[in-house]
Amino acid sequence: MKYKDYYATLGVARDASEAAIKKAYRKLAHQYHPDVSAEQGAEAKFKEIAEAYQTLKDPDKRAAYDQLGRHAPGEEFRPPPGAQATDSGEHSFEGFDFAELFARMRGRGGAASHEANVPIPGQDHEASATISIEQAYQGTQLELQLVAPQVDAEGRVVSAPRSLKVRIPKGATDGQRVRLVGQGGRGFNGGRNGDLYIRISLAPHAIYRADGHDLYMDLPLAPWEAALGAPVPVPTPGGTVSLKIPPGTVAGKTLRLAGRGLPKPAAGAGDLRAIIRIVLPPSLNDRQRELLQELAAESKFDPRAALLEEAP
Amino acid sequence: VKIEITEAVWIEECSLGELAERSCLPEELLRELIDCGVLQPCDHAADPLRFDGAALAAARAAARLRADFDLDSAGISMAVALLRRIGALEAEVQRLRALTRS
Repeated sequence: MKYKDYYATLGVARDASEAAIKKAYRKLAHQYHPDVSAEQGAEAKFKEIAEAYQTLKDPDKRAAYDQLGRHAPGEEFRPPPGAQATDSGEHSFEGFDFAELFARMRGRGGAASHEANVPIPGQDHEASATISIEQAYQGTQLELQLVAPQVDAEGRVVSAPRSLKVRIPKGATDGQRVRLVGQGGRGFNGGRNGDLYIRISLAPHAIYRADGHDLYMDLPLAPWEAALGAPVPVPTPGGTVSLKIPPGTVAGKTLRLAGRGLPKPAAGAGDLRAIIRIVLPPSLNDRQRELLQELAAESKFDPRAALLEEAP
Repeated sequence: VKIEITEAVWIEECSLGELAERSCLPEELLRELIDCGVLQPCDHAADPLRFDGAALAAARAAARLRADFDLDSAGISMAVALLRRIGALEAEVQRLRALTRS
């Protein structure tokens, strides 16, 4: 088991008072709590802080921790025997081997102590995963690397890395959660295992931008396609479709391709919205320039008429 | 390394009792959060009330905030209400970003 310096995590001295420990925890929690903080890596940082606080706030657990002596952080050492698996604690984030040693101790500050044979359900864990828009469209299989504490044959709590292949059904979108039944913390005395919740994020995409199950994309048109109307090919997650551009389509107009967005979990799908952009060819040959000059001479259209009327 | 394959399921609608079990919050506190509009059932008029995945996520956030900041029910409802507002603003930013090229 690797040693962790809980005092250093909270930034307090080894003889800090309970009040000083609480104060240090509060300050760090405001900064790093994953529900509150937008900082990168806040969740991992908060786990360390919460783990340290769970042990140091409780006089019994703190005394037991202090008895381990001082080691360098990360140093391998054998925990003393007698760490009992009786209390799974209240904390909802993923467990740690070192943390479990103290979390399972009966502590004055912890939840009510349990009788030895009362079933204790395992904790629910949370994780996050980023998938592509294509994966959300088709459904996908992810491989998650988890570190889960386990009790070995000698009753010691050891860290067991495990790899979990998860099939994500189609219908996901940004911020959505799925549940993996029984894949959270282990239950004790016949208590059910906790669940694993996965929060899904969508990776940025070269073409599409997601809003819920609706997708947005820019659709470039040549000026004559916009003016005259034309059937144009549009890539959608389900394959390329032909979209009929109506004559007189202006830049910024959105054309809706109903049901061509991301599929929804139960039934139906979001829409794909193509936002029109009008682009010019990078260069014109003499003949094309002549044609445009002819159009310019022929047209009486003043695109700035309204603008000049409004001007003071 | 042991490899297991498991199926993910969409978070299905649940009852108040199931919401309490999955969020580890007492029903009494959940009722308070519902009364002040912080937790929203799928349909206020339905009896019994049902809750979707968004309500479960809010309830679990409430449970974490309660445990990690020692919040009372007024503090929890304030924090969850603010988180909801941030969530709505982030969704709006996401929508506006989707509408414009980045």
